[in-house]
Amino acid sequence: MIAPLFFYLFALMTVVSGLMVILARNPVHSVLFLILSFFNSAGLFVLLGAEFLAMLLVVVYVGAVAVLFLFVVMMLDINIDEMRQGFRQHLPLGLVVGLILIVELLMVFTQDLSTDNVLATNMSGEISNTAMIGQVLYTEYLLNFQVAGLILLVAMIGAITLTMRHREGVKRQNISEQNSRTRDETVQIVSVDSHVAPKVLDDSRAANKRLQ
Amino acid sequence: MSSYLMEYLPIVVFLAIAIGLSAAFVIGSVIVGAQRPDPEKLSAYECGFEAFDDSRSRFDIRFYLVAILFIIFDLEVAFLFPWAVSLGGIGAFGFWSMFVFLVVLTVGFIYEWKKGALDWD
Repeated sequence: MIAPLFFYLFALMTVVSGLMVILARNPVHSVLFLILSFFNSAGLFVLLGAEFLAMLLVVVYVGAVAVLFLFVVMMLDINIDEMRQGFRQHLPLGLVVGLILIVELLMVFTQDLSTDNVLATNMSGEISNTAMIGQVLYTEYLLNFQVAGLILLVAMIGAITLTMRHREGVKRQNISEQNSRTRDETVQIVSVDSHVAPKVLDDSRAANKRLQ
Repeated sequence: MSSYLMEYLPIVVFLAIAIGLSAAFVIGSVIVGAQRPDPEKLSAYECGFEAFDDSRSRFDIRFYLVAILFIIFDLEVAFLFPWAVSLGGIGAFGFWSMFVFLVVLTVGFIYEWKKGALDWD
């Protein structure tokens, strides 16, 4: 069958591009490899029958999160040589964190993954993955759904309060104000004495009064 | 193979053609083309010039704000898809559940509009 072949292709590509994320010297290349691994994970989701999650991974992670990562990487002004200087100094801490992660992964792998509550799939083909999520997300998992909404609200307000800066002295265009101008308040007819040079700046106020 | 995965066959064919064609162009030009580099050929030419500076520089944080606001509304739309598909099955409760969710996010939307986060000075 071809499906297992595609599984190994996607899995291998995910692992290799995940490795390249941490091995690439240029942080921008790391982000691009991260995007590649997102795409391959989406392929794995498709093979699992989780179409909606696959499309979400492409839309949200590749379309939005990866762009944010690129912004952060480009904004941070990273000097690669400086980053490598503290390698020996931070090595013990890094080893401890890596060890904890390995232990956690081993604990996951040693558990029996074949039980139904871990891999609960309904691949009968009668109902789509999207509909399956929709049937439980908005009713059975109501609290989680609403908390997700509140988290999004907090993220929105937090991002605005942290980054909003209104610069002073910026001349903004006010279209409604421009459109609501009338001829009467902008054009004035001044009778100029042809023999004397007009003193426009001083006389403009007087001329205004004379018109009124 | 299941009919579900067969639906993805056109995408696989498309990807195979795209990857094969682009690889053929790159490898073909390396094999067929004459490779006689010299410093003048390899330098930037015509309108190109050497880079003035490192491309890694600080830029306006408002790009970041736009991106993060985009993610939030992207996720909001993502929540709408399964809801729209299964609205017939989850009834009024599901409808009002999504309504509350949208109200919460609309509060944030009004806040950001009034705060001027959507304006680019």
